[in-house]
Amino acid sequence: MMSDLLLELFSEEIPASVQTRACEDLKKLITNGLVEAGLTYASAATFVTPRRLCLTIEGLLNKSLSTREERKGPRVDAPEKALDGFLRGVGLTKDQLEIRDEKKGQTYFAIIEKEGRDATEIIAEVVTSSIRNFPWPKSMRWGEGQLRWVRPLHSILCILSADDGSEVVKFDIDGLQSSNLTAGHRFLAPKWFSVSSFEQYQTKLKKSYVVLDEQERADHIWEDAKNMTFAQGLELVEDSDLLAEVAGLVEWPVVLMGDIADEFLGLPSEVLMTSMKEHQKFFSVKNPKTGRIEKFITVANKTTADNGATILAGNQKVLFARLSDAKFFWENDLRIAKTGMGEWIDQLQKVTFHNKLGSQAERIDRITMLAVAISPLIDANIELVRQAAKLAKVDLSSEMVGEFTKLQGLMGSYYAAECDLPAEVGVASREHYSPLGPTDKVPTAPTSVAVALADKIDTLTGFWAIDEKPTGSKDPYALRRAALGVIRLVLSNDIDESLARILAYGCYLNFISIVKHKVDEESEAIAQLTYLDLGSLSIEQLFAHVNEIGALIEDKNSKAPCIKITLQSLISFFHDRLKVYLRDKNISHDIIDACLAMPNNVNFLVLKKRAQALQTFCDSADGDNLLQGFKRANNILIAEEKRDGVFYEGTPEIKYATIEEEKALFEILDENEIQINKAILANDFTAAMTSLAKLREPIDAFFGAVQINVDLQIVRRNRLCLLNRIKSIMANVADFTLIEG
Amino acid sequence: MAIKKPTCFQDIILRLQNYWAENGCAILQPYDLEVGAGTFHPATMLRALGPKPWAVAYAQPSRRPTDGRYGENPNRLQHYYQYQVLIKPSPPNFQDLYLGSLEAIGIDMKLHDIRFVEDDWESPTLGAWGLGWEVWCDGMEVSQFTYFQQVGGHDCKPVAGELTYGLERLAMYVLGVDHVMDMPFNSPGSIIELKYGDIFRQTEREYSRWNFDIADTNILLQHFKDAENECQRILDVSDIDPKTGYKIIMAHPAYDQCIKASHLFNLLDARGVISVTERQSYIGRVRSLAKSCADAFVLTEAGGAAS
Repeated sequence: MMSDLLLELFSEEIPASVQTRACEDLKKLITNGLVEAGLTYASAATFVTPRRLCLTIEGLLNKSLSTREERKGPRVDAPEKALDGFLRGVGLTKDQLEIRDEKKGQTYFAIIEKEGRDATEIIAEVVTSSIRNFPWPKSMRWGEGQLRWVRPLHSILCILSADDGSEVVKFDIDGLQSSNLTAGHRFLAPKWFSVSSFEQYQTKLKKSYVVLDEQERADHIWEDAKNMTFAQGLELVEDSDLLAEVAGLVEWPVVLMGDIADEFLGLPSEVLMTSMKEHQKFFSVKNPKTGRIEKFITVANKTTADNGATILAGNQKVLFARLSDAKFFWENDLRIAKTGMGEWIDQLQKVTFHNKLGSQAERIDRITMLAVAISPLIDANIELVRQAAKLAKVDLSSEMVGEFTKLQGLMGSYYAAECDLPAEVGVASREHYSPLGPTDKVPTAPTSVAVALADKIDTLTGFWAIDEKPTGSKDPYALRRAALGVIRLVLSNDIDESLARILAYGCYLNFISIVKHKVDEESEAIAQLTYLDLGSLSIEQLFAHVNEIGALIEDKNSKAPCIKITLQSLISFFHDRLKVYLRDKNISHDIIDACLAMPNNVNFLVLKKRAQALQTFCDSADGDNLLQGFKRANNILIAEEKRDGVFYEGTPEIKYATIEEEKALFEILDENEIQINKAILANDFTAAMTSLAKLREPIDAFFGAVQINVDLQIVRRNRLCLLNRIKSIMANVADFTLIEG
Repeated sequence: MAIKKPTCFQDIILRLQNYWAENGCAILQPYDLEVGAGTFHPATMLRALGPKPWAVAYAQPSRRPTDGRYGENPNRLQHYYQYQVLIKPSPPNFQDLYLGSLEAIGIDMKLHDIRFVEDDWESPTLGAWGLGWEVWCDGMEVSQFTYFQQVGGHDCKPVAGELTYGLERLAMYVLGVDHVMDMPFNSPGSIIELKYGDIFRQTEREYSRWNFDIADTNILLQHFKDAENECQRILDVSDIDPKTGYKIIMAHPAYDQCIKASHLFNLLDARGVISVTERQSYIGRVRSLAKSCADAFVLTEAGGAAS
């Protein structure tokens, strides 16, 4: 006999943002609980509206299966203590045990039988505990109760139905009793009614102005909105997040379209869209002829006698007020933009970026110095870069960005256009925050790339210099994201350069800022500190400058050795991020380690190419066998060198080679060593691997035919030196000792 | 069923007063200190704590110096009114009671779209948080609806339900007025008709100038420190009053200083002398005062301590 379960948890309005998760959690908790208790089922589905969380399970057993379990205990002649322990474990008494003849003698057996239990009993238990332990991201208490739910829980409908009728699964949670009752739409059909099956529940709800299925609501909204806009020759701007959210805010969606007053049509479309979405949860409607956003779609939760006229008028009025604000900001901003944005630059001097690192204005100075230093690496126009870097963040002072932070950079590009600045400057303002995540678009315009790199490197070196590194799950300044951004900028734009000097320069610049902001230090010399251009300064020269400045404040924490450690630590952080990034590209951690151990490892492009080529090689049969050969050579060498207390680093000579395979190895090494080294110098790792692959057979053959430890010392030493030569040729490609397998 | 529409601002306040009085609330008067919101009134902030039942409603003039617009913005003001309801324990029909209050001020549920939109309320300065919604009427936020979970760092047991109505915005909506200054304050047709602007246009302008440009920041900073010190000092004094011999914990006088510090911080903020990082530290200082006051209040009789 099978039945269907219907559970509805009826509450005050559940936030749209947690509805989907709640459905998944409800299904998981209850079905797992039922199955664990021996109640299997055919299928389960969940539904959610703002006021109800609903689960339906079909084909549920009416009774759990009875179970029988046998457990072997101690032998009959075992000490009393062993038997006591066993009895405690199985929860039986001695007379309930069976005695059976086993090979080793008479042994106790416990037979544990569990009767099947009624589904209602199990459901009541599972539902009660699921409600009590529901993993809401944020839950609350209400009134005098102790029960926690996302918002006050008012009623629980829980019925089991079969062909011959339905029954309420009875339970009580803190005075809340299960029933077969639910209510319709809050305003359109608030009456309570009873239900006896899921089908009836869904039908009655629909008659009571509740569309139970969230997908059905979303589809309905989308279809209506599309038809409405299409009929007027307009286009609905897609926004799946907004659609899901809006569908989670209504039980009875009614789509209404309204006008944006003419006076706002001149606002940038991003401003209109952001304001309407963030404040009002409106969809934007575009006129394809003008390319502008001209109307909006709002979704009401009900029908009205005036066909939504009052609701639409109200919404329009709210929008008018919101857009008046936006327009006010926009016009004020434009006025300042037209004067060259000087006022904003001044304001940024008063805005603290971080009390140890100075104001936003100082930060922009550093970013500008860095961006200029980066320019030659990517063939960017230095003057454009300088201008772009100086202006990329000035929109932070604008009123529009004050209102909508997510428009930062974008507004800057509008204001730059207003100033008749070169197009690249505006584009850099818009693009320099990118990439923001692992899938965000990476800028490619050289000016944007320079500023984007400088921005992130300043942030990283700055927070590293003041020792505010990410720890565990804490990364308040999004430094992991910044490092990944640098890596993606370098790799996507094929920047074949080491960033070591640039990172050192970032440390140096931030170090000067730190010295300037030491509160207890004020001197003429400090006040006059300026940033040196990177020019052709080496890392050592930068450190030397740091030493000179550190001497000004007599602070041992502000000396070159500290900066050196900071830089090293930051580089390893980059390496960690690169590992995560490459692991997603199916390059295993040991391969990356083998490449990180090589020189020039702050050139991320070289690192990636080397790692990719090495991974492909190690995945091949040649690579795998060569790796074994390498390990063998290495192990023998380590053992013998340890035993003899010498290093076999001399040049092996072919004249001491006695066996054919040994001579062949000499030849093949001679042939390929030059090729490999050439390829490595050219960063052509694929070619290097191809040459390496040629070593595999001769090395295998060598180990097959040649014994290393022979009595004749001169031959033995020559062979050990030959092994060392294999090792050192391979060490030019990667550190094979770090590769597993 | 059709309720006569209100005609002016005070009509709406009076209807709310009557409605909540009929529904069992004690109608209090505004608190006599500058506050940023009705929540700061000790009848909410302190009385939400402890086990004793409580039901109050009151209008509270509130000040947000940074919102000053010289009386020119249609709905932004540095001085405005909030209507505040606090019931502890929150009644099971709190949402319905609230919707009843909207009908009482003339919002026809049949024509309007009322929605409860997620909004987790948090006051970093009061160390308080709760869950609830912003209530939207046709897309406009007309109230804040919150089930208090914690105040001043203490769990609310039982939970108090709080309603906050932004009176000007709500009234403008109900009365169909586009600019706050044009809103009738008393009944149109009164012998002396007064509009909102007649009462507040000039003060908005005066305070906007003072808040943004004239207030002496050194004095404000000093007052902030004074309030902070006085609050702590009051709480540090021995519970036993040597004069009367009574145990008198001065939670309310101390809390007054906390309110003052909070308002002084808002003024300093409007003067633009508080940097982003300093902001956090000021908020933290006010919060720590609020917590100390809450700690003291729960030791008093009103806070549920055995007397």
